Amino acid sequence: MRLFVSEGAPGSLPVLAAAGRAQGREELLISTVGPEECVVPFLTRPKVPVLQLDSGNYLFSTSAICRYFFLLSGWEQDDLTNQWLEWEATELQPALSAALYYLVVQGKKGEDVLGPVRRALTHIDHSLSRRSCPFLAGETESLADIVLWGALYPLLQDPAYLPEELGALHSWFQTLSSQEPCQRAAETVLKQQGVLALRPYLQKQPLPSSFEGRAVSNEPEEEELATLSEEEIAMAVTAWEKGLGSLPPLRPQQNPVLPVAGERNVLITSALPYVNNVPHLGNIIGCVLSADVFARYSRLRQWNTLYLCGTDEYGTATETKAMEEGLTPQEICDKYHAIHANIYRWFNISFDIFGRTTTPQQTKITQDIFQRLLTRGFVFQDTVEQLRCEHCARFLADRFVEGVCPFCGYEEARGDQCDKCGKLINAIELKKPQCKVCRSCPVVKSSQHLFLDLPKLEKRLEEWLGKTLPGSDWTPNARFIIRSWLRDGLKPRCITRDLKWGTPVPLEGFEDKVFYVWFDATIGYVSITANYTDQWERWWKNPEQVNLYQFMAKDNVPFHGLVFPCSALGAEDNYTLVSHLIATEYLNYEDGKFSKSRGVGVFGDMAQDTGIPADIWRFYLLYIRPEGQDSAFSWTDMLLKNNSELLNNLGNFINRAGMFVSKFFGGCVPEMVLTPDDRRLLAHVTLELQHYHQLLEKVRIREALRSILTISRHGNQYIQVNEPWKRIKGSEADRQRAGTVTGLAVNIAALLSIMLQPYMPTVSATIQAQLQLPAPACSILLTNFLCTLPAGHQIGTVSPLFQKLENDQIESLRQRFGGGQLEESLELKAKAPPKPAVVEAMATAGPQQIQVLTDEVTKQGNIVRELKAQKADKNQVAAEVAKLLDLKKQLALAEGKPLETPKGKKKK
Amino acid sequence: MAAAAELKLLEKSLGLSKGNKYSAQGERQIPVLQTNNGPSLTGLTTIAAHLVKQANKEYLLGSTAEEKAVVQQWLEYRVTRVDGHSSKDDVRTLLKDLNSYLEDKVYLTGYNFTLADILLYYGLHRFIVDLTVQEKEKYLNVSRWFCHIQHYPGIRQHLSTVVFIKNRLYTNSH
Repeated sequence: MRLFVSEGAPGSLPVLAAAGRAQGREELLISTVGPEECVVPFLTRPKVPVLQLDSGNYLFSTSAICRYFFLLSGWEQDDLTNQWLEWEATELQPALSAALYYLVVQGKKGEDVLGPVRRALTHIDHSLSRRSCPFLAGETESLADIVLWGALYPLLQDPAYLPEELGALHSWFQTLSSQEPCQRAAETVLKQQGVLALRPYLQKQPLPSSFEGRAVSNEPEEEELATLSEEEIAMAVTAWEKGLGSLPPLRPQQNPVLPVAGERNVLITSALPYVNNVPHLGNIIGCVLSADVFARYSRLRQWNTLYLCGTDEYGTATETKAMEEGLTPQEICDKYHAIHANIYRWFNISFDIFGRTTTPQQTKITQDIFQRLLTRGFVFQDTVEQLRCEHCARFLADRFVEGVCPFCGYEEARGDQCDKCGKLINAIELKKPQCKVCRSCPVVKSSQHLFLDLPKLEKRLEEWLGKTLPGSDWTPNARFIIRSWLRDGLKPRCITRDLKWGTPVPLEGFEDKVFYVWFDATIGYVSITANYTDQWERWWKNPEQVNLYQFMAKDNVPFHGLVFPCSALGAEDNYTLVSHLIATEYLNYEDGKFSKSRGVGVFGDMAQDTGIPADIWRFYLLYIRPEGQDSAFSWTDMLLKNNSELLNNLGNFINRAGMFVSKFFGGCVPEMVLTPDDRRLLAHVTLELQHYHQLLEKVRIREALRSILTISRHGNQYIQVNEPWKRIKGSEADRQRAGTVTGLAVNIAALLSIMLQPYMPTVSATIQAQLQLPAPACSILLTNFLCTLPAGHQIGTVSPLFQKLENDQIESLRQRFGGGQLEESLELKAKAPPKPAVVEAMATAGPQQIQVLTDEVTKQGNIVRELKAQKADKNQVAAEVAKLLDLKKQLALAEGKPLETPKGKKKK
Repeated sequence: MAAAAELKLLEKSLGLSKGNKYSAQGERQIPVLQTNNGPSLTGLTTIAAHLVKQANKEYLLGSTAEEKAVVQQWLEYRVTRVDGHSSKDDVRTLLKDLNSYLEDKVYLTGYNFTLADILLYYGLHRFIVDLTVQEKEKYLNVSRWFCHIQHYPGIRQHLSTVVFIKNRLYTNSH
């Protein structure tokens, strides 16, 4: 046998490992060929590795070569192994070659590389953990393990691409990597250069075509078909039969909520929004809404939960805004704090506390942490050159200086960045600097500042991360960001600023300075809790009993995952540190970015003016939550998801289930006699419910929402197949069957209402009121599907839950938020209740104009009728009809009515 | 041909009387077989090999180690290359390669008829029916093999017979 390999060809890895593992009895000669050499005479395109057999035949598939070695040792393959190999060839390889190509040839990093393979990695992880076997095809190692290990090794040997949350994959990979044949193969192929050893081969390969140009997608991932065993079915049925009796007693509402020893205590924070910005949809989904879903879920699990947030109010930006609006910074904060609070109230965010950072507690706690850091030698002084305006008698923050860009000569470059060339600028490098306030020329002065000595704290941080990260639910992007900061080494960071609006620095010589916002903003969570209860230390100095979940967008990761932990570790005061850092990617708007200055995108305060209920917004934002990759808000997609998922799937199912109970059984849940099919459905629903729990426990909010929709789809199918509306008219047996189907369906609806509660609280409450779901069942979600509406239970009045979104309605919203009117609308919002732009446009069309248009429509209508009556030329008629339609459209717009569209069958 | 339909066809060819139920998964409609109480099986070639064993016709998966590996190699070729998003060029390369491979072979493994022949025949059918007479002559070995397989007892089922002309028309094309 002769094996042909090529420098850096990834296929060599599994082949060499399999050869080593199987210890082929025959002699194996190895020849190295160039990546473009055609070894196999009958293949047009070069292919390595290739095994030439003694018969003269060629094996050119990597898996087939590995299989051959195994077969020679007498190891046959079972169905499961075959299945893994087929999956490897059809699913894993395309994804993996794209990832390797991005990494090795294009030099991309992070999510760009991990993105294409994430789903495949998750699939392996789930399969391993579901079967709870150490190997892919069972208790012992098989061909599948070698082939998949060899394929994955080049990527996964870099820990950056082996997501830590995939625990089962992790241990499987480690087990295999530590085996001798695998180790030897890895050394031979990668030559200790890591993945870069593949470059000579990969750069000769064409770009993997199937992954080229994949756009940001909001489409759901495939739903895998579940397999059910008899035991699973039996267990689901037993749990169901126990019904309401198995619910534990409700935990009494506490005020204030405090941790309880021996219970699961969950402290949830959402990144503090900066006070003078109105948050856009991306901000909302990034932190407050995501955290809200988790907080509501946590309460449904009866965990002891405290959810807090507040506005971040100190800093230059507030001062600037105050100057612009002619108010004091405090007045600005008061005004905008109220705007924020209103927006979140409208979105139904269930904060236990929504506080603010400008409080005496903030000063007290920040100064205390600072003093502790100072006495422990983690703070030092240094001189910084800065611009000072003598006229205003103050040092100028970057945003208060303008001048000529030293790089491109742009006249209005800011002190921190040039808007034209985008380069970062050190304010003292600006040519012809000007104070933005008085326009006089500032001078360079040196100023003393305090620095947090992060390098001194780095070791403690790494120790803490080493204990915290494994097994935690930190999102992959957060882990990646923290890892790359640590890799580059931490640098001292300045923690003071020459400002007035901030937490004062309690140190002689620093009376005119305040703490830099990033030092004290994260302390805001602590001070907000302190304002809520004087026993705040039970939450914040209690790392043993408290699980801290922090939600944010990825740009906030360094402050929460590095800087605050360093401050807290340095303060040596037993602070509770983040256990699970949940960071989202970015949400784009249509195909671009949200932009306040260009007036593009939907901002928190405008969502309520669209007439679309808060729960629909919540649903759609959570459906497209940028989890794992960036996603995009799209109006059309929102319409689609509302009409397909909410109206046709979820709403349709719940409404039908309820209607059958009211119409056929007088509102009284009928007797249920379960058939094997029903039991199977029970088990399917239970399985999906457990999946939902698994996902939400790991804060995979977007994916867990799919489970709800899947159950509802199961429900719809169940009704569709069993046709209770027909059977109700049939024989006694048929009527009984109709009863069972209806009873089971309405119980699924009840379960859905609870599962939906974290996502759509208002809709959930509406369903529960319609079904008269008993109170304890509304507030607790167990891991089993229970019969919460037993036979004889009386339900309330059932009515449709969702409304159809129409094309023209969405189209006009898209135009309204596409850009332009936003600034104006923002202004309005701050002063008076806003009027939607569309309403304004309508208002300009006065009654007179409407009258004129109405007349014209009538006139044109007559013309068309006459022409038709005279059987005039077709083209002529068509032209006049077009005119008529156009006039009608204008009229409809002027009257503010939706355009008449052909009416289809109304859905429930 | 949808994968589920193809598996039905294979069941008949193998003489399995009890029909299985298949569902399809995902965008590429990968077939899934729900076995009794056991785990489900996913993937065309995986299920096909399972059916062969069910029918007690293991010889169709090859008899020696070499034959077994060759069968699996061509099954993989079938699902990755033949079923890939083949452009015209890809199909041409595929037929050219296969043609040169089959030059000295009766079946894909050499002298024994296997599952690889069946699934490659099913997979290539849609391309072969569209070939012109000239192309069929150009891929002469493929044509010979294909014609042979379609006449193999019980394999073709309801698929259309592709007509191959016995005498050459374009003698200089080869």
